[in-house]
Amino acid sequence: MSALAISPLHRAARFWEAPIGKKAVMAITGLILFGYVIGHLLGNLQIYSADHQQINRYAAFLHNPANAIPLWVIRTALLAAVILHIVSAVQLWLQNRAARPLGYKKKADVPTSYAARTMRWSGVIVGAFIVFHILHLTVGSVLPVHEIAANEPDVRYNVITGFQNPLVAGFYILAMILLCMHLYHGLWSMFQSMGFSHPRYTPLLKKGAALVAILIAVGNISIPIAVLTGFLTL
Amino acid sequence: MRIILHIWRQRNATDQGRMTRYEVPNVSEHMSFLEMLDVLNEDLIAKNEEPVAFDHDCREGICGMCGCMVNGVAHGPLPGTTLCQLHMRHFKDGDELYLEPWRARAFPVVKDLVVDRTAFDRLIAAGGFISVSTGSAPDGNAMLVPKEKSELSMDAAACIGCGACVAMCPNASASLFMAAKIAHLALLPQGQPERERRVKAMVGQAGQELFGSCTNIGECEAVCPKEIKLEVIARMNRDFLKASWTGREE
Ligand code: HEM
Ligand code: FES
Repeated sequence: MSALAISPLHRAARFWEAPIGKKAVMAITGLILFGYVIGHLLGNLQIYSADHQQINRYAAFLHNPANAIPLWVIRTALLAAVILHIVSAVQLWLQNRAARPLGYKKKADVPTSYAARTMRWSGVIVGAFIVFHILHLTVGSVLPVHEIAANEPDVRYNVITGFQNPLVAGFYILAMILLCMHLYHGLWSMFQSMGFSHPRYTPLLKKGAALVAILIAVGNISIPIAVLTGFLTL
Repeated sequence: MRIILHIWRQRNATDQGRMTRYEVPNVSEHMSFLEMLDVLNEDLIAKNEEPVAFDHDCREGICGMCGCMVNGVAHGPLPGTTLCQLHMRHFKDGDELYLEPWRARAFPVVKDLVVDRTAFDRLIAAGGFISVSTGSAPDGNAMLVPKEKSELSMDAAACIGCGACVAMCPNASASLFMAAKIAHLALLPQGQPERERRVKAMVGQAGQELFGSCTNIGECEAVCPKEIKLEVIARMNRDFLKASWTGREE
């Protein structure tokens, strides 16, 4: 008989200790957040429906007390994913910074790695944006949120009046550009972190990641632009 | 041609260190980069100054001893070469070059451009080997290896352990070096029995040596004199993830 496997808890702790383990956690939680970003975009695009109540009905469906349990399960899972993702990122960041206490007087960069080198900053700003976004449209502490009835927010009104403020619209646009960069590097990176790389498919994967990241950003950015240019009105 | 050098001068491990400017007036385009430094050193010795310490051995691009940052690029601007194989014909009259040692917490500066890379030796000692019984050499064709596997393994085995990957990596990570060794052995039948133990031991040792970790940036691949590909790091990740969840041994 070979040696007995160590306890699952011990195994998980050792996995988390190792940088490659933490990167796998980042890849999996990043994938969950990516899934959410796609779902959220599809929700947002309903604002273009000719039926002005379409997006409000969708919101009322999400807020319906009958759906409270699945809603909170998903919210908890997303929160856990965000926390794990950020905790791994920050711990690795600190370790990596400590690995070179004295930097170079002159350092060249590989130009294609701009998004990769700025992951921490795009991540931090997207993180701050998530907080702002929830305060703005869910909690209503940035601008008061209108409701049609209890648990039926007037999303169309809240979004359009929010984006009529150029500062709010500008921050949303900036955050989406950074999310685009973060996702571009993140989406192909998670394959590499999970051990997938192939001379034929990895270049395609990078192109696909860029395409998906740009489509997500364009879809989301179109909404504040549509409001600012007067294409979307109340 | 005339070359202006700004070189990191540091007397010993505890000295603060500083950049110092030198001019080398008569550089021939046929000189190698290290020969240009030899010329500078002869000049310094004649002037009773301390010559610039730099590592080198084979000067053929195969031993892995040489290397420093040239204008922020490990081994200088020519891809796929070591510093000793870089020739002055790639520079032009009046060029200003900044020479700095590899910078990483795991590679302390010994003197000027010389760094201590024994952390790499400890990584190898942790698992970058296969345990074989010594004795007479085995018959060359006793163990057959498919051509694709042996070529992939040879690509990884081309690593000369110069440390350019660590030097260039924004995280001072040794991932490309470790992964090259792991891939080299994991692709061959002889590497199988210790495959799980090896990847776990080497990854653990890299953390103890205070190397950083990989964020998939690719600067290592861009400067590797042996053009080792980032793909080996994915192989290492795959082996590590598998070994972490299914490995039995302690
Ligand atoms: C909408 C929210 C987010 C999504 C969808 C997302 C997605 C991803 C994905 C898929 C990865 C790839 C993981 C890998 O390397 O395998 C990643 C990496 C990363 N994320 Fe995020 N992330 C989000 C928010 C954040 C936030 C708020 C931070 C803030 C600290 C952050 C910091 C990072 C960092 C540092 C990496 C490492 C990238 C690397 O260099 O390899 N992310 N992200
Ligand atoms: S001196 Fe041997 S590789 Fe350059």
